Amino acid sequence: MRVFVPGDSAAVSIGANDVAAAITRIDPSLVIVRNGSRGALWLETLVEVETDNGRIAYGPVTAESVQSLFDADFLHGGSHPLALGKTDEIKWLASQERVTFARVGVIDPLSIQDYRQHGGLVGLTAALAQSSDSIINEVTESGLRGRGGAGFPAGIKWKTVAQTTSVQKYICCNADEGDSGTFADRMLIEGDPFTLIEGMTIAAIAVGASQGIVYLRSEYPHAIEILQKAIEIARASDWLGNSVLGSVHAFDIQIRIGAGSYVCGEETAMLESIEGKRGVVRAKPPLPAIEGLFGQPTVINNVLTLSTVPMVLAQGAAAYKARGVGRSLGTQVFQLGGNIARGGIIEKSFGITLRELIETYGGGTLSSRPLRAVQIGGPLGAYFSTEQFETSMDYESLIAAGGMLGHGGVVVFDDTVDLAVQAKFAMEFCALESCGKCTPCRIGSTRGAETIDLIIQGVRVDENKKLLLDLCEVMTDGSLCAMGGLTPMPVKSAMVNFPSDFLGATK
Amino acid sequence: MKYSPWSQDAARLLLATLRDEKGPVLMALQLMQNEFGYVHSECVPLIANFFNISRAEVHGVLTFYHDLRITPPGEHQISLCVAEACQAVGARDLEKKVKAKFPDEATDSYCFGNCALGPAVMVDGVLIGRATLSKIEEARR
Repeated sequence: MRVFVPGDSAAVSIGANDVAAAITRIDPSLVIVRNGSRGALWLETLVEVETDNGRIAYGPVTAESVQSLFDADFLHGGSHPLALGKTDEIKWLASQERVTFARVGVIDPLSIQDYRQHGGLVGLTAALAQSSDSIINEVTESGLRGRGGAGFPAGIKWKTVAQTTSVQKYICCNADEGDSGTFADRMLIEGDPFTLIEGMTIAAIAVGASQGIVYLRSEYPHAIEILQKAIEIARASDWLGNSVLGSVHAFDIQIRIGAGSYVCGEETAMLESIEGKRGVVRAKPPLPAIEGLFGQPTVINNVLTLSTVPMVLAQGAAAYKARGVGRSLGTQVFQLGGNIARGGIIEKSFGITLRELIETYGGGTLSSRPLRAVQIGGPLGAYFSTEQFETSMDYESLIAAGGMLGHGGVVVFDDTVDLAVQAKFAMEFCALESCGKCTPCRIGSTRGAETIDLIIQGVRVDENKKLLLDLCEVMTDGSLCAMGGLTPMPVKSAMVNFPSDFLGATK
Repeated sequence: MKYSPWSQDAARLLLATLRDEKGPVLMALQLMQNEFGYVHSECVPLIANFFNISRAEVHGVLTFYHDLRITPPGEHQISLCVAEACQAVGARDLEKKVKAKFPDEATDSYCFGNCALGPAVMVDGVLIGRATLSKIEEARR
């Protein structure tokens, strides 16, 4: 009999280890699997038992409630106030479309056997039987776009790298998930690390790269530990190494750990950081696909992009692009956080509305106060008001609405939020994290924070608002990368959508 | 957290493990900090000599990254997430309380990826969700 107690760091942060220990204390003979989280973080610690009838869930379980679960015979699915029924039938989960996250929370993250039983390595096996062109065509055809935020078609990037003639090429996975409100990369790595390794291996075979690097942030110690173990297991299983699953391809992966710099999530700053240097942004061109890591052609993709590739290869491009809307094809792993009653991972086809995400899944604010603002796409994303709740969640619609999808994070605020303060924070964060290479970002951010401060204090409000908008324009048009270029997005959206917060002392 | 006392010889042995790495400077600094708790002032010339680069380059890397520190850490380290998702659930109030109580230990941080269970705080490397002052005090013990 197996009992599942998530080892995901979000679950552990509210006591999953204590729950696991309490279960073992009462019945040391039980096999406890530390799976990833199903993504329903509001139900953590979500304990599951494997019964003849499928997996039965209980949550949110605390160490204190464990004894009562035993008393209720939860090992055989006994009824209990925390009983949620079959996990697969919990509506919040069952109504999702799990593609990238299909195995997260389901399997033992470090069991290759579990991984294979749940469809793992099917994509890589299919890729090994194909030509490089054919793999790249499949990925291009699927419509898969970069999930890090830029939304660039993955297949086209791969093709550029494949066409170069360098002996050494690299696959760099950007796991520097620094955006507040995003945690899908972390949860995928902690819950299903082999999927990322498989995606990177497929990319390597497609473009002819022999070395992969995962740039993983230091704020994610558990993800680092799990991924390191998974890489070692993959090496021992003749997957990574001189001959990938017995083929002529050689591929290995190394983890490089970040050091607390947000701008290193920008792809060229990341390359600098992997090279051991200051995380200063590079000018483009040259594109990293032509001259990237150590000057060699480099595929840079986000964790979610690479982790979706195995599914595309296993199920075919047609199955993937059957989902979604317009040019936003497939599914997006949305992350719902902040002041939200039911936060977590919501993987749905592109085109779900903001309202559905926040009301149907999120269940409104955690504080039970009225919801006032939603920031989509991280610290550089726009603040939306409740009037924009019908916005379709896809790349193009969000741009049309003055925002962006970013990495898919959705952060909810109740009516205690002051958007002028949030706008000031956006500028302060930019000042703190700017790499310093270009002037609009380095100096504009500080002047921006000062100007918003004057507005808040009621000093020459109209004049300063005009000045702020002018500054935003300079930063947008004149910055070298998205850090300075997009910091105006939260600022301007706050001014436009919440004008009453920018009236200075008169408000 | 337990760290080794600073020793140049120990540092040299550690640096030798990075001999074959490409672009080793950041890794070297992280290795020093993980072992000794901070980057000792002697590390800069040591790393520069070891990898045959200028001290300015090492200094530049050392001063770029928020994680790296040049003074020994206190007995406890409290990292408070003060990014947007945690702000939405009272991280700023918590920050004030924690900084008033543990002024030498508390530092700001930006996102531990626990945004649906904020405020998030890391105490001595252990992540705490739905953090409160009393949970932090308990974790310090």
